[in-house]
Amino acid sequence: MIQIKDLHKSYHMGSNSLHVLKGINFDVKEGELVSIMGSSGSGKSTLLNILGMLDEADSGSYVLDGVPIKNLNEKIAAQYRNKFLGFIFQSFNLINYKSALDNVAMPLFYQGMKRKERVERAEHYLEKVGLADWSHHLPSELSGGQKQRVAVARALASDPKVLLADEPTGALDSVTSHEVMDLIQGINDEGKTILIVTHENDIAQMTKRIVQLKDGVIIDDSPVKQVRAKEYV
Amino acid sequence: MFNIERWQEIFETLKKNKLRTILTGISVASGIFILVVLLGFSSGIQNGVTEQFSGDATNEISVRTRRTTKSYKGLNPNRRIQLKNEDFENVSSTYDDYLEFRSANYSIWSGQIVYKNETGNFSVQGVHPDFQYIENSSILQGRFINQADLNDARKVIVIGTKVKSEMFKGKNPIDEMVSIFGINFKVVGVYSDPGGEREEDNVYIPITAAQVAFNGGDRIRNMQFTVPMQKSLAKSVEVSNLLLESIERDLKQKYIIAPDDRAAIRVSNTLEEAQKIYSLIDIIKAVFWFVGIGTIIAGVVGVGNIMIIIVKERTKEIGIRKALGAVPMSIVGMILQEAIFVTMFSGLFGLILGLGLLELVGPTIDNDYIKYPQVDFNTALYTVFLLVAAGSLAGFVPAYRAAKIKPIIALRDE
Repeated sequence: MIQIKDLHKSYHMGSNSLHVLKGINFDVKEGELVSIMGSSGSGKSTLLNILGMLDEADSGSYVLDGVPIKNLNEKIAAQYRNKFLGFIFQSFNLINYKSALDNVAMPLFYQGMKRKERVERAEHYLEKVGLADWSHHLPSELSGGQKQRVAVARALASDPKVLLADEPTGALDSVTSHEVMDLIQGINDEGKTILIVTHENDIAQMTKRIVQLKDGVIIDDSPVKQVRAKEYV
Repeated sequence: MFNIERWQEIFETLKKNKLRTILTGISVASGIFILVVLLGFSSGIQNGVTEQFSGDATNEISVRTRRTTKSYKGLNPNRRIQLKNEDFENVSSTYDDYLEFRSANYSIWSGQIVYKNETGNFSVQGVHPDFQYIENSSILQGRFINQADLNDARKVIVIGTKVKSEMFKGKNPIDEMVSIFGINFKVVGVYSDPGGEREEDNVYIPITAAQVAFNGGDRIRNMQFTVPMQKSLAKSVEVSNLLLESIERDLKQKYIIAPDDRAAIRVSNTLEEAQKIYSLIDIIKAVFWFVGIGTIIAGVVGVGNIMIIIVKERTKEIGIRKALGAVPMSIVGMILQEAIFVTMFSGLFGLILGLGLLELVGPTIDNDYIKYPQVDFNTALYTVFLLVAAGSLAGFVPAYRAAKIKPIIALRDE
């Protein structure tokens, strides 16, 4: 699903240049649930941004579902993001004046889907994350866990190839963290490819494979025995 | 533009920020309102002044004389220059081809008129038949003085409506006899003058009769001529100015007056005055447009400012939208459309309000110089175009900024 070869990225700030990614090689197969771990400054967020086409690598190749991702202009990047990727953020990033339903329907709006169909799809995914009764509530009326579940539903709505989650439990307490992880595991069980950036070990243990990043290189990449979040719920 | 989803988005965001939307709207609406009212009044002034000038024929040349102020060719200053019948005849025949109506005038400023028990003081003017057209008088009853009256020096009189109402108290004055300083005149007509009451307390008698009755001999007080309008105002002004100079030169030569003696003979031209007034109206119009557009610019800058703040506030939202697959054009469209919508809607509101005010207040304005203030269809159309342009202008900078927002930066957690 994802093939990355010799990925380099550096940031330039004035005369200083910061080499963040120093040759990343890794593949993700369809249906995998991978966690990317590392301390802050290890380059894990940069890697996720490049995977999410929010940022571009200086060199190296990135192939997503057989499509080489390079030399994107903003328009094509936006279309690829819409088609291939679903994002889950630490701070949820819901649009706060839109109802849960409208938030979930947003990616479908940019696909040019008709309103009726959009609402149907969005309702389906809200039901899937267990928030069917909350569809007309604003994000401010939802708890943190509920917000993140709305965000998951939004990420799923456009039926993307890959879900990218950036610290999805970073803003949640441990109980709701486990609920969200349970949801993510369930989605993975259905065959969706998911990448999670986290620095929490117990969250990483709930994935199937841990990639350790340090100073811009992968120092460890090994499968783990998955801990089911259900055990904690 | 016609995407219903986009409109729903816009209404939603506007509804979320009611106060801000209303305040922005007011600034644009008041700009357009002021522009419309100003334009309405400038057309009102134009109507008023045009009507003032229609009181007399606008292409009128008049010749008056006073005393000389300069010695010339051995003659002392302070000589009284007196026009004679022959002067009038000379000008009439010399410039016959250029003149339309012509009349000499011999008048008594305050003539006591008696009808039965009523007496009154009015200005008694001995004139030629053409005087009716020079003054733009209209005859309400009977007739004006005619050529036969003039030839035979008949003692007939044409009175103004004011004289009629004061002296005859509603009775039919035609064929009644009135006396001026004891000399009887027969009323043959009643006139009204568009110049208003001031010009309606005159009475007119044939100049020949006036000269006989009031010991005028062949003296005349002044003469008036009208020049037919040419194709353009400028051309008319040119022709009448040439006539004016030429008449003045002839008379100065005849009466031996210094060429630079401005007081002795005054030949004046109302057309030139009219042209001055019309160019003044043009200036007033330009100033009003300037002020109005300035006000609109203030409003537009307000809208642009607010939109920039909106973009700033919605940076994160725009970042989210982009991450979810919004292409830059759709973001530009969203901001631009919102700006245009706000300016258009509030602008049209101001336009309607302004037109409404003119419609309501316009007819009640009772001023000689402002009449029927209104905005014609074309001007209203211009302002609408102006609004669209203003809205796009107001939205352009913020929309451009919004399009430049990078999702990675917008989404970075603070």
